[in-house]
Amino acid sequence: MGSYIPSTAAQRQEMLKAIGLEDFRQLYKDVPGEMYLDRELDIPSGKSELEVCREVSSMAAGNKVFPTVLRGAGAYDHYIPSIVRYIPAKEEFLTAYTPYQAELSQGILQSIFEYQTMVCELTGMDVSNASVYDGATAAAEAAAMCRDRKRRVTLISATTHPDVINIVRTYCYGTNDELRIVPAKDGKTDKEELRKMLEGGDVSGVYVQQPNFFGLFEDAGELGQIVHEAGSMFIMGCNPIALAIMKTPAECGADIAVGEGQPLGMPLSYGGPYLGFMATTAKYMRKLPGRIVGQTTDSRGERCFVLSLQAREQHIRREKASSNICSNEALCALTAGVYMATMGPDGMAQAASQSMSKAHYLAKELCKLKGVSLRFKGDFFHEFLTDIPKADEVLKALEDNGILGGLPVDGGIFWCATEKVPKAELDRAVSIVREVLA
Amino acid sequence: MKLIFEKSTQGRSCSILPPCDVEQIELKEGLARKTKPDLPQLSETDVSRHYTELCNRVHGVNNGFYPLGSCTMKYNPRIDEQMAALEGFTSIHPLAPDYSTKGCKAVLDTAEKCLCEITGMDGMTFQPAAGAHGEFTGVLLIKQYHASRNDTRRTKIIVPDSAHGTNPATAAMCGFEVVNIPSAPDGCVDLQALKGALGEDTAGLMLTNPNTLGIFDENILEITRMVHEVGGLCYYDGANLNAVMGVVRPGDMGFDCIHLNLHKTFATPHGGGGPGAGAVGCKAFLRAFLPGSAIKGHEGIQVRSFAGNFLVVVKAVTYILTLGKEGIPEAARNAVLNANYLMRRIQGTFEPAFDRICMHEFVLDLSRFKEETGVSALDVAKSLIDRGIHPPTMYFPLIVHEALMPEPTETESKETLDEAADIFRELYELARKDPDYMKSSPHNAQIGRPDEVQAARNPILRWKRT
Repeated sequence: MGSYIPSTAAQRQEMLKAIGLEDFRQLYKDVPGEMYLDRELDIPSGKSELEVCREVSSMAAGNKVFPTVLRGAGAYDHYIPSIVRYIPAKEEFLTAYTPYQAELSQGILQSIFEYQTMVCELTGMDVSNASVYDGATAAAEAAAMCRDRKRRVTLISATTHPDVINIVRTYCYGTNDELRIVPAKDGKTDKEELRKMLEGGDVSGVYVQQPNFFGLFEDAGELGQIVHEAGSMFIMGCNPIALAIMKTPAECGADIAVGEGQPLGMPLSYGGPYLGFMATTAKYMRKLPGRIVGQTTDSRGERCFVLSLQAREQHIRREKASSNICSNEALCALTAGVYMATMGPDGMAQAASQSMSKAHYLAKELCKLKGVSLRFKGDFFHEFLTDIPKADEVLKALEDNGILGGLPVDGGIFWCATEKVPKAELDRAVSIVREVLA
Repeated sequence: MKLIFEKSTQGRSCSILPPCDVEQIELKEGLARKTKPDLPQLSETDVSRHYTELCNRVHGVNNGFYPLGSCTMKYNPRIDEQMAALEGFTSIHPLAPDYSTKGCKAVLDTAEKCLCEITGMDGMTFQPAAGAHGEFTGVLLIKQYHASRNDTRRTKIIVPDSAHGTNPATAAMCGFEVVNIPSAPDGCVDLQALKGALGEDTAGLMLTNPNTLGIFDENILEITRMVHEVGGLCYYDGANLNAVMGVVRPGDMGFDCIHLNLHKTFATPHGGGGPGAGAVGCKAFLRAFLPGSAIKGHEGIQVRSFAGNFLVVVKAVTYILTLGKEGIPEAARNAVLNANYLMRRIQGTFEPAFDRICMHEFVLDLSRFKEETGVSALDVAKSLIDRGIHPPTMYFPLIVHEALMPEPTETESKETLDEAADIFRELYELARKDPDYMKSSPHNAQIGRPDEVQAARNPILRWKRT
């Protein structure tokens, strides 16, 4: 069996003796006898590293890896530069705890400060926190930031990722607050309905995803205006790759910008670890949940970094805290920082623009096939929904050829392309679809 | 050291992507951002050296002793990292068809089976991404349960005053009124106080056992019985499971639902603040309330997209398979042995708050020491940094003043504990000889003590080009 206990059997006996005990059972004298586990656990026996390596590797081999992924819907297969995999694997970054002791944690604190700056640059907002669990919980935390005594209702557009809607609903269920869904029209948020739903004056915040769940660009600036006219706060959930080129939440008048940071250098990984980013204006800085790193000086007068504004947090405020969040996704924030530093402003813009260009090429080629058409007319980023005959057969044929096709959504197929897929592979995918439809 | 932005040179870049091989589409005028984000422009050498410089300014558990109480900073095995980096896991899309993700399902099933057995639970979810997120999920199970029985009177969650701050914050996020009950002096539940707080408005009790002072509450069966008797449920905060895994099970203590910190007890690294994984387990009668995914047709609660921090679960499974049924309780027993040994080796100088057998951690009470020398728990903590030891948790739990709480874990050797104890004893002497030196420590760290007041008063939370 494997063990990571360094003390030898003789040393353990010596230590027991030193504390005046004869055996290990005596360490647990406070545990009532009737619940003391007097049997072995019903789990497998321990194994050597080599055996475990074989066993877990064989589980990994039980998955089918698709070399080409044309599926997104909240998790995106972008190219990850080699250095982005290596740096977060450094043992110092990997095995440290939350940087409570600034004197031993400057590397982590500075990396978070740099990440916060990059998120502010990407979103145009003033202040970023050190991360939350994922884009969906960031949306839920943002909705909570908007509430005050009078305004308790949250609105969320129907064009939002279904998981995000469900998670915001769950958090609302927690605090006994109401969530209402703003209906969609032609794949985008229905502005007239939104206006009506804001009339009661009870809406605290409105959440809109950009680009939305169907890949379409919302008229975010106009939506922001409608929301603000009603005295509510405007939350935008943004794709961070798109942010390299698209109008920023700040330019759209957003009060809070959040999003799923996974596209910034994190592999798909069956759903996680991912990264929730979260930024706001200076006005709402002290309502932001989670860790925030701030700059200060040390006793020698040098610049240094600390966890700051902690009066918001659960370990100080307990039941009055702005959130219960403690651990976040620091290593993923580091990963995102390394990704953005490696790609730079131009590389990020290339990743965004190539993803969009390839999605448009794929859409154009697919729509040349008989019976295939775009369901919605609007401008889209790197995802689009097609109406297509024989959707199941199409996807099966693609999978048999090593391509994970789009996601089946509402009877159609919801496709995604990134910079990672070469034109030749897009052409191959289209020809496979052509054969099925022929 | 310089910030990454201060190392940027206009026009410098890494060579990552090829030219676009399809017709390049540009965003329409009204959709495009006005100016590019001011991200750093660097060569790959710049990036590599910058982060190497940063990592040289971090102390991880794989660098040295890290006895941070209530955080279980045990060694993080490299094999766990290697398994989580397998392409067969990392390249799996969370919405890939089920037939293609059997390996991921096998990992989750193995984790659920083993962890249910270790905790005495019947079902488990891996959606929660951290301990506090697990608490949120677990207390929502309690909320749903009462709601499903139309039992709307239950508006209160009881939390001892020795609890982690996340407990009351969680109860508030779940819409409950928090009833704080005073603990007995040893942090154990004061049965009279509990009795006074219980009633038909009790939704549940949140408890850590061993408690936050590192003491196993011997009245635990009576406590959970009392809560059940009035119709409430019992929630187990698994932060301290490392002391008892394989020795006694929360399910057998009478708890109905629990969370585990896979990043503490099951050796997955904490990454400087996360990602963690806060698996939530429950008894069979609560299983129907566990979360699922909306995109996969689930209608109940959901706390995170997709399957949670899956790769963290891969690491925990690798660890559990390595230790197995023999190694899990052995780890717990040695964690407790190490804590007791360290406590006794220090005793005679810094005194434990309670002179009795502790579990995986213990609390030192420095209030008398401070009165005598003027040197505070904070000063001792900062002095430990000069000796290469990460300080223990400070000023927690709140019910002990001038508290230092070391948790050595089972992965430290007797030699490391002996050295650490000698350092504690030296500092005890030093405080009498040269208190000012300790009050101005650390002296050998990369920075001196930071001015936290200035950071809060004049918040600088991002770099700006000057």
